[in-house]
Amino acid sequence: MDNLLWIFVSALLVNNFVLAYFLGLCPFLGVSNSLETSFRLGLATTFVMLVTAVCAWFLNAFVLVHAPYLRLICFIVVIASTVQFIEMLIRKLSPALFRAMGIFLPLITTNCAILGLAIFATNRGYGFWEGVVYALGAGIGFTLALTLLAGLREESELSDVPALIRGTAMNLIVAGVLSMAFMGFAGLFSST
Amino acid sequence: MKKNASYEEFVKGIWRDNPVFAQVLGMCPMLAVTNSAVNAIAMGMATMFVLVGSSFLVSTFRRVIPKQVRISCFIIVIATFVTIADYTLLALVPRVHKELGAFIPLIVANCLILGRQEAFASRYPTKLAVMDALGMACGFLVALFSLGAVREILGDGALFGIRLFGESFEPWVIMILPPGGFLTLGLILLFFNWFTQKKNDFLADVAGSEGRGG
Repeated sequence: MDNLLWIFVSALLVNNFVLAYFLGLCPFLGVSNSLETSFRLGLATTFVMLVTAVCAWFLNAFVLVHAPYLRLICFIVVIASTVQFIEMLIRKLSPALFRAMGIFLPLITTNCAILGLAIFATNRGYGFWEGVVYALGAGIGFTLALTLLAGLREESELSDVPALIRGTAMNLIVAGVLSMAFMGFAGLFSST
Repeated sequence: MKKNASYEEFVKGIWRDNPVFAQVLGMCPMLAVTNSAVNAIAMGMATMFVLVGSSFLVSTFRRVIPKQVRISCFIIVIATFVTIADYTLLALVPRVHKELGAFIPLIVANCLILGRQEAFASRYPTKLAVMDALGMACGFLVALFSLGAVREILGDGALFGIRLFGESFEPWVIMILPPGGFLTLGLILLFFNWFTQKKNDFLADVAGSEGRGG
């Protein structure tokens, strides 16, 4: 139980996928201009991560033992089809939500945080529940980082920033400061 | 003329349309592996191999690949080349492979590569596509190297493992840690913006004075 909690908090804060591992930066920098969209995208990504973690565990346990060199191709096909499946599901169940998500849904396929999750979980030899908890922590951590940056960006729209630094340069520097703040969480585990 | 066109495709990727500085693509490996110059170069080379290889294949078979499933086809082609690169690095330079770790398989999800397949290789003849891929990969390599060199010099006081400063130099450890990556890239982008703006101002100035003179 302790182990599962550790995995969760570690993926959520200490080794945050975006701010410590630099995964999923494209949506992090591209989509984070409004709080609302960031939150929705974060939720969708968390869901894809959960499904991917489960599928990756099955693949690792039953298929890839025989052919380890197919790992990468298998994972990417699983992710692409999961995203496709979710897209169809959301379109059928809630057309309003589908319209709100727009282009961001298919783009989840090329989010390296998801492929990274599958690869990290495999490399560390996580079991089924460990993998699921890890995916949950990573997904919520991704949502957290995305909404934090979106909030900061919405605030900075109102302030007087020189034209030269506006845009990606400023977002990166803000992300650097956020990342520095998240490094403080590394102290959570040093005493135990 | 034909030689000129392919040369043009090659050069544009290095500075004007630099994938990192101008288009802000492929950020994840860009920031994750640039804590030393050697890692940055290894990553750049691996990306170059994958990009040129998959551009060549995609462009050769561009009339055969059906429109509806093209993204999946591109991804599978890219994943194949990445697997080759992964195993080659493991065999040749196991130390670098260990340091880059999970980031070599993650080349698959580098939006730069998929972006070039979609925007260029699937529309143009093989020769141009390969030149374009080479140029983009060189631009990516330049960007990776400049970020890696800055971070290693400031964060470790060394370049390629060779000490540059005397004993009294206190390394900025933060530069090797994740925040340093964000900060350095932010500042480099700032410089790139400033340079482009200066150049545009200069061109506008020249055009203006010519207009007055004539």
